Amino acid sequence: MTLPRAAPRFLQPVTALRIAIIVTVLASWEALAASGLLYRDVVPSLVAIGKALFSLLTVPDMPLQIDLLGINTAITIPAIYWHLYVTFYEIALGMVIGCLGGLVAGIALGSSRLLRRAYEPMLYYLGPCPKIIFFPVMIMWFGVGPGSKVAMGAISCFFPVALNVAGGMREIDQVLIRVGQSFRANTWQMVTKIYLPAMRHPIINGVRIGLGVCLIGTLLAETKLSNSGVGFLVMQAYNLFNMPLMYALLIVLFVIAIGANALIGRLGGLDDIKRR
Amino acid sequence: MSAQAITKARWFPGVLGFGSFIAAVLLIELLIRVGLINRFIVPLPSDIVLAFPRVVIEEHVLSRFVLTAAEAFSASILVTVFGVAGGVLLYQFRLLREATETWVAALAAAPLVLIYPLYMVIFGRNATTIVAMGFTAGVAPVTLKTLEGLAGTRRVLINVGRSFNLTPSQQFWKILFPAALPTIFVGMRLGLIFALINIVGVEFLINCGGLGQLINELAERYDLAGTYAAISFVILISICVFFLTERLERWLRPVE
Repeated sequence: MTLPRAAPRFLQPVTALRIAIIVTVLASWEALAASGLLYRDVVPSLVAIGKALFSLLTVPDMPLQIDLLGINTAITIPAIYWHLYVTFYEIALGMVIGCLGGLVAGIALGSSRLLRRAYEPMLYYLGPCPKIIFFPVMIMWFGVGPGSKVAMGAISCFFPVALNVAGGMREIDQVLIRVGQSFRANTWQMVTKIYLPAMRHPIINGVRIGLGVCLIGTLLAETKLSNSGVGFLVMQAYNLFNMPLMYALLIVLFVIAIGANALIGRLGGLDDIKRR
Repeated sequence: MSAQAITKARWFPGVLGFGSFIAAVLLIELLIRVGLINRFIVPLPSDIVLAFPRVVIEEHVLSRFVLTAAEAFSASILVTVFGVAGGVLLYQFRLLREATETWVAALAAAPLVLIYPLYMVIFGRNATTIVAMGFTAGVAPVTLKTLEGLAGTRRVLINVGRSFNLTPSQQFWKILFPAALPTIFVGMRLGLIFALINIVGVEFLINCGGLGQLINELAERYDLAGTYAAISFVILISICVFFLTERLERWLRPVE
């Protein structure tokens, strides 16, 4: 007896509905673009957006001097890659500073009941405040260059990391802590051999949330005041009313944000926890 | 009272936290006065305190606060109506839920505030852009929480409804919706906080509206003490809103 074969993946109802929704949205978009109901170019055609995306990613329009094995070479690259490099540098540095600060604060709060009750409410209530309002202060402290954007990223990601680590510290199995103490582990050994391995998932979760808000903080700061970075490019597209380019930039940004979020989740094994 | 008894007292952590904050403020005041911190970068905390009445009266903080609150209220209404409706729709149509729930979750995690330049082109530099941004940021969490609340209704409650031969409408309004209400409120709270964060942020970024614009204006005038006072004011408002909605949520949450 032969079992009936399962329907191809694209014929399964969920996949078919997904395809139908995507096709409907794209067709509606194209119809709206062709109808002229909105101001010209506010809703550009998908072809125009595709062309803008292609030229954004492939057309070299930015001369660059690089030192290649001691030889000074002039090359031309698509400008987006330079701006992505600037944004990536700011986000990476902001993440490192914010995560380290959050880790230290979280471990301190999580390891002492007194410190937790004294200071955690401050972090808890300051966490949801709109961080971008600190940008004028960051400009005064760190200038209009990348420093203020790095600071914005660091402030943004500090709070979720600190709160997650503090929560994770409280969840650590007391047996593990007593094992460390029975081996007479010093503070550094307790942190590196007991606390950090036991808190891997809360830390990764905090870093994942931190990355999202760090990205937002840095890019919003770039849109407010900068002369490089992807946020600057978005504002330049807005000022030039180059709508296809703006949509193309937003697509690039969302792909990067969602990709980075998924990558951190996968590296940290969060998907495995959910599946268990 | 021994030192150990004091540290174990209920009030001690609160006093320690508040005392540390005051000590840090006094230390900054001292460091600025002795010239270790540049007063053209960090104003004297005493100047910030003195700037509060000036900012409140001369910069019309009350009317700005009302404007920001009105924007947040409008966005919250939209977020609640569309978010709850979206959640109910996804609950009622299982296939639609399976097809789109991950998309809604991705939307909730995406940095949507970055599309504010796009909204400025579509709606202009005005309150509509700010409300639209608040709505965009807050709608996905409300949808997800509404769905979670409805899907999490206890089987026994649904069976009680069926045993009474309730119509689908009665089943929804008398069983499902009341059971899901605490979770829906959690979503509404999240939506309100997301909306408020984005509203104040976009007000600051596009220099339009209420409290966010105030910070931007004071910073552009290089009124340092005023800028710090306005930032402190916004932080206080955020903390109050967060605190009140949290209390309300606890009050609504059923006893475990």
